[in-house]
Amino acid sequence: MNKQRKNDLLALGACVLIYAIFEVLIQLEIIGPFWELNMVLICINIILASSLNMINGYTGQFSIGHAGFLAVGAYVGAIFTVKLGLPFPVAIIAGTIAAGFLGFLIGLPTLRLNGDYLAIATLGLGEIIRICILNIDYVGGASGFMGIPRLTSFTNIFWIMIVILFFIKNFKNSAHGRACLAIRENEIAADTMGIDTTKYKVMAFTLGAAFAGTAGVMFSHYFYIAHPASFTFMRSFDILTMVVLGGLGSMTGSITGAIVLTFISAYLAEFPEWRMIVYSLTMIVLMLRRPQGLFGSAELSAQMFKGLTKRIGGVKIGK
Amino acid sequence: MDMGSLLHQFIQQMINGISLGSIYALIALGYTMIYGIIKLINFAHGDIYMVGAYLGFIATTYLGFGFLPAIIFAMLGAGLAGIIIERVAYRPMRNAPRIAILITAIGVSFFLEYTMMLIASPQPRTFPAIFEATVYHLGPLVVNSQQILILVSALVLMVALSYIVNKTKAGMAMRAVSFDADAAQLMGINVDKTISLTFALGSALAAAGGVLVGIYYNSIDPLMGMMPGMKAFIAAVLGGIGIIPGAMAGGLILGVVEALVSGFISSTFRDAASFAILILILLYKPTGLLGKNVREKV
Repeated sequence: MNKQRKNDLLALGACVLIYAIFEVLIQLEIIGPFWELNMVLICINIILASSLNMINGYTGQFSIGHAGFLAVGAYVGAIFTVKLGLPFPVAIIAGTIAAGFLGFLIGLPTLRLNGDYLAIATLGLGEIIRICILNIDYVGGASGFMGIPRLTSFTNIFWIMIVILFFIKNFKNSAHGRACLAIRENEIAADTMGIDTTKYKVMAFTLGAAFAGTAGVMFSHYFYIAHPASFTFMRSFDILTMVVLGGLGSMTGSITGAIVLTFISAYLAEFPEWRMIVYSLTMIVLMLRRPQGLFGSAELSAQMFKGLTKRIGGVKIGK
Repeated sequence: MDMGSLLHQFIQQMINGISLGSIYALIALGYTMIYGIIKLINFAHGDIYMVGAYLGFIATTYLGFGFLPAIIFAMLGAGLAGIIIERVAYRPMRNAPRIAILITAIGVSFFLEYTMMLIASPQPRTFPAIFEATVYHLGPLVVNSQQILILVSALVLMVALSYIVNKTKAGMAMRAVSFDADAAQLMGINVDKTISLTFALGSALAAAGGVLVGIYYNSIDPLMGMMPGMKAFIAAVLGGIGIIPGAMAGGLILGVVEALVSGFISSTFRDAASFAILILILLYKPTGLLGKNVREKV
């Protein structure tokens, strides 16, 4: 058995252990409904942050319209279960494919832009998606899509998250992923070395959008409703904050960012103004003091811990 | 609808569009000047406009100022806010990667919005009616005094800005810094001061836009800057970012297009139309209508 496979198995074991602990705590009702909701939210946010990290972190393209793809997933998934009466797994796959396809369509022309222009274009597209949904009466228009059954549970969201994280981790270490990293480091140099930059940028964008779609399906099937107001620029900014806080290009960073910020917003739920002030100050201070985020582009790993203390058991997810 | 009434409606929407567009143009000028000088998309610019509207509200409601003192008060206050923001948040980042500054700008934008929410409550405030709204009928067309006020104020401000940028020493310094900051510094221009001045001027124009909108719509709220901020950015890109006449033209075109879309299609698609313009212009002529192509050097 080679080293990577051994590490993967260890990680899988750790995941099973984490899952078992939380599931037992939920069953024993030590974790109440409020924190159970937040744990589901953490899983959704981890999917969102690590999928945005594929675009912004690995490939170095600055997208700030991620909430649009979340919305597409949420609505397409809901159409499949509520309007067409199809089973939940079909809805998940449909939402993923729909968001991915839209990402492909949008990515092909817009990824020719770079830096600031791409940021604004993706922001605009995210808003266009939302405005279009707002005007479609079939999905409830401005009052939102109501009556969605709660089919998401901690169990299925947790394992879907693990599968996606495993995929993203392997993507980063594959030839495709390396090509994306090369584009991030220097697009012109990567192009000169024979990397088809457009192809890989669109690939990362499509995959990121698709996973956001998955998160969307899970999101609408947990909160009973898909409402256009949940998918504004504010939501995209939330996801971006998670990625930037953890460090652009670090998957464990995105995971940490998602966990930390979901906890902060859970605690500040009663003071929504303070929540956004804390978010925005975090962003500003982080950029001024530590622009690379908590972990930079490095991954949190057992090695990193060994440097700090002699020995801490367990392997973090995704490494 | 027969041709005659169609034409009337068209001209009516043009009038509405030009008054809306001159506000976009005022905000877009700040965007374009700031982008021209430090290559930063100042996301917080729309919120400066919001701060300006609130300052105008304070001046008219609590201090009892008239229109002219109120707008000057708002412009001075917002100009100061612009200088402070640049000093605290952007200046330390001048050599940082572009993305880092962009994130900072988004952060500043949210900070202004939600701090204002905390101070002034999220509820919309009613802007006092400083002017008696008189409605003029020009045949079948309707023009009100506020639209004329907006147009006249915007024109005066734009002429003043053109004068400052083209005829004064400070304006020459601004043009020099935006052309080549290092060379300008070697020629003895104080780059930091010039950038501060640019932020002050841009923010003051946005604040004037905020006060005018307050008078026009009679209502202001802490999130009012979000959409107009993005629209103004679109206007700046449309005209060619970094080019001052481009921002004026872009603002007017965008205002007219929006008015026509809401008049002839549906007002719900107004915002989508401007974003569609943005994406089309970025794809087919990213340098904007008045922009020139510059080759990227490796």
